[in-house]
Amino acid sequence: MMLEVGGLCAFYGQNQALHGLDFGLAERGIVTLLGANGAGKTTTLRALCGMVRTTGEIRFDGKPIGGRATEEIVRLGIAHVPDGRGTFVRMTVEENLQLGAMTRRDRAQIARDVEEVYGHFPRLRERRRQAAGTLSGGEQQMLAVGRALMLRPRLMLLDEPSFGLAPLIVTELFEILRRLNHELGVAMLVVEQNAALALDLAEHAYLLETGRIVMSGPAAEIGQDEAVRRSYLGY
Amino acid sequence: MELLLQQVLAGLANGAIYALMALAVVMIYQAIDHLNFAQGEMATFSTFIAWQVIAWGQPYWLAFAIAVTVSFLGGIVIDRILFRPIHNAPILGQLVAFIALFSILNSVDGEIWNFTIKTFPTPFGREPLFGLRLISTHEAGMIGVTAVILGLLYLFFRGSRLGLAMRAAAANPDSARLVGIRVGWMIALGWGMSAAIGAVGGMLIAPVVFLEPNMMLGVLLYGFTGAVLGGLSSPGGAVAGGFAVGVIENLAGTFIPYFGRDLKLTIALVLITAVLLVRPSGVFGRTVVSRV
Amino acid sequence: MTMPSREATEPLGTARRAAAISRPGARYLSIGAAIAVALVLPSVATNFVIFQLTLVMVYGLAILGLNLLTGFNGQFSLGHSAFYGIGAYTTAILMDKIDLAYYWTLPCSGAVCFLVGVVFGLPALRLQGLYLALASFALAAALPQILKFQPLEPLTGGVQGIVLIKPDAPAGLPLNPDQWLYYFTLAVLLVMLAGAANLVNSRTGRALMAIRDHPIAAAAMGINTALYKTLTFGLSALYTGIAGTLGAIAVQFVAPDSFTFFLSISFLVGLVIGGVASIPGCLVGGLFVLYVPNLAERVSTGLAGAIYGCIMLLVIFVMPSGAAGLVRFARTFATARPAR
Repeated sequence: MMLEVGGLCAFYGQNQALHGLDFGLAERGIVTLLGANGAGKTTTLRALCGMVRTTGEIRFDGKPIGGRATEEIVRLGIAHVPDGRGTFVRMTVEENLQLGAMTRRDRAQIARDVEEVYGHFPRLRERRRQAAGTLSGGEQQMLAVGRALMLRPRLMLLDEPSFGLAPLIVTELFEILRRLNHELGVAMLVVEQNAALALDLAEHAYLLETGRIVMSGPAAEIGQDEAVRRSYLGY
Repeated sequence: MELLLQQVLAGLANGAIYALMALAVVMIYQAIDHLNFAQGEMATFSTFIAWQVIAWGQPYWLAFAIAVTVSFLGGIVIDRILFRPIHNAPILGQLVAFIALFSILNSVDGEIWNFTIKTFPTPFGREPLFGLRLISTHEAGMIGVTAVILGLLYLFFRGSRLGLAMRAAAANPDSARLVGIRVGWMIALGWGMSAAIGAVGGMLIAPVVFLEPNMMLGVLLYGFTGAVLGGLSSPGGAVAGGFAVGVIENLAGTFIPYFGRDLKLTIALVLITAVLLVRPSGVFGRTVVSRV
Repeated sequence: MTMPSREATEPLGTARRAAAISRPGARYLSIGAAIAVALVLPSVATNFVIFQLTLVMVYGLAILGLNLLTGFNGQFSLGHSAFYGIGAYTTAILMDKIDLAYYWTLPCSGAVCFLVGVVFGLPALRLQGLYLALASFALAAALPQILKFQPLEPLTGGVQGIVLIKPDAPAGLPLNPDQWLYYFTLAVLLVMLAGAANLVNSRTGRALMAIRDHPIAAAAMGINTALYKTLTFGLSALYTGIAGTLGAIAVQFVAPDSFTFFLSISFLVGLVIGGVASIPGCLVGGLFVLYVPNLAERVSTGLAGAIYGCIMLLVIFVMPSGAAGLVRFARTFATARPAR
């Protein structure tokens, strides 16, 4: 297991947002966290990155990472694509990608990786010298994923990648994610409100409700569950 | 006409120092959303160190180098020891910390080096530049050094990885952390650079206003004014603002009759306030658009 | 979900509950006790100490004025030394030139300062945060220079200033002028403290704090932000101006260099040390601002400023929300249920 989480609780000040989560992610696997607004999905990702106060166990490659600073966790190979994308809006596309590789020293390889990202996302190449803030929502999402890739991560955390994007773009994006997982072996933990898409991409799924995991299992099974279908899939 | 040109150039010379201070102020502001009120005192302290080294018989450029290095390190130390522990405290509380730093440095300066005015040498000499009576060599030196520093900073921030990392840390600290940038150290670096720039400014203006513990009070004020005038979100604007304030101050003092001399500061401030009323975020500042 | 801005997460001090009175009985008891002590003090203290305590009340009142504007309404002012000075000079000029009785000068300087505050508050509406700080700083820096301005000298006394005489106690009361002024100041202070507390706990007070914390939401709820902000500026100036009046009478002297920008800084320091958005905190602030610099000087004349600075830093490190914050923390600590 690449990522193992046990009894994870997260706190915003005095308020407890997560109440003892247990889940895991295997090498090269894709897992999705589903849930409605306020269920704690974003909090979970932030907890993994050390951005909120937590108690409980978080292990990456068997080593505990709970309580470490965000920038140190990132350096272990965990890339987080936050909700809202977190692009550096006043910097160019190229600079954003360069920033993704900030922790690496191999300049030649970095340059090659930038080209590779443009290969996955041709639209970004056209806009490489534009300020990131001028890109459309879909392009910014691709830029965010591209930036995460520049880290050469072993694990990518994606927070609502479909948010605010047109359906066609979303399908394209998820196709790319699937390809990245196959070709590069990047494990992914995808938090989504769009359950259908996420269940299609993932192998394993967890359902979150008010800070607790209420259901877990293979994605296909969760997708067939009556209650899930009615509440989250709309049929 | 010659008087006008003289005053404009003299204003630009002083303005160069205000621009340096404005830049130092904005650099810290972009990193921590705070104005460093103690910037001037830090610069004065550095200048005193340089003076001391020269008084011990060492050459000017050695003293210069020592002062800049000590300031750089001192800035980093002040950030790590003083401001990092309280960065979660309420804004006004942090403000008082700046005021405290100001008070401490000012008092220590006076205690170690006392309040008698000291002369400070200039490496540029004081002859009229090219024999014309427009501007002295030292004033030209002030403008020149400022231009060089600005150029170096531009190259650093636009062309180097570290500069990019610092820009990112200032623009969006959370995202910066997510790409592995150690934001805390970027801020410390910003403090160090800011202190070093302030030191240079102090050593350039000391020959003109003479060295004493309260030397930088007026200068810092004008520096703030320039920064706010230019817009706190724009380093280029801050620099332009600094130059503008220098020129305004000088022209107001010379050409507004009768109360020009006494009310120089007031006139400058009033003018700037007037500008702010028209452009509330500074001339080059970006109006902050907040998502509701 | 965008990351909250600094302003949204920490609006000038965690003082949202400052206005709520949690245990009325205990509160009235402690207020009563404090007033009792204040009434008795002059009989056991020397004239000089009485004078100092009078100044503590004066500074506390001035800080209260700043608190109304900055602590409760979120408008950052570095210009309160100007309002203090205007109040002081109004009194001095009225007492000196037309022999107006000192108690009549109170409403006069209050009115003058209120007007100046409103006049300043109107354009200030357009400025935020540090830009407002700079504009208010311009006001503070301008005042001494205007007071020294040659053509105005017949009125202001120029650099020399104006000398005042401390009034005697009204006939029949066995009090010396220092004691009388102490009680007079105490009375004014209590009235104004009560007024401020009343305001803060009222609908208007809540509107002010809403404007401080979420100006957009406040406006969206129909609060006339511009009106409230401008009037608060005026009220704040009034409070600090009246403090200036009392201060002028206590010190018996006004001069331009007593009302520099550094006084504004002192008020700010007192505000933070006492606790932003805390009404009783203002008096703690006044105490700090009067006594600690003296203390520092007694320890070492040369390094007085350094010691003062170190004490300030110590306070910020230990109690970042000031004395009021400490009290609040102690109270929640004592009454909180243990966390899960």
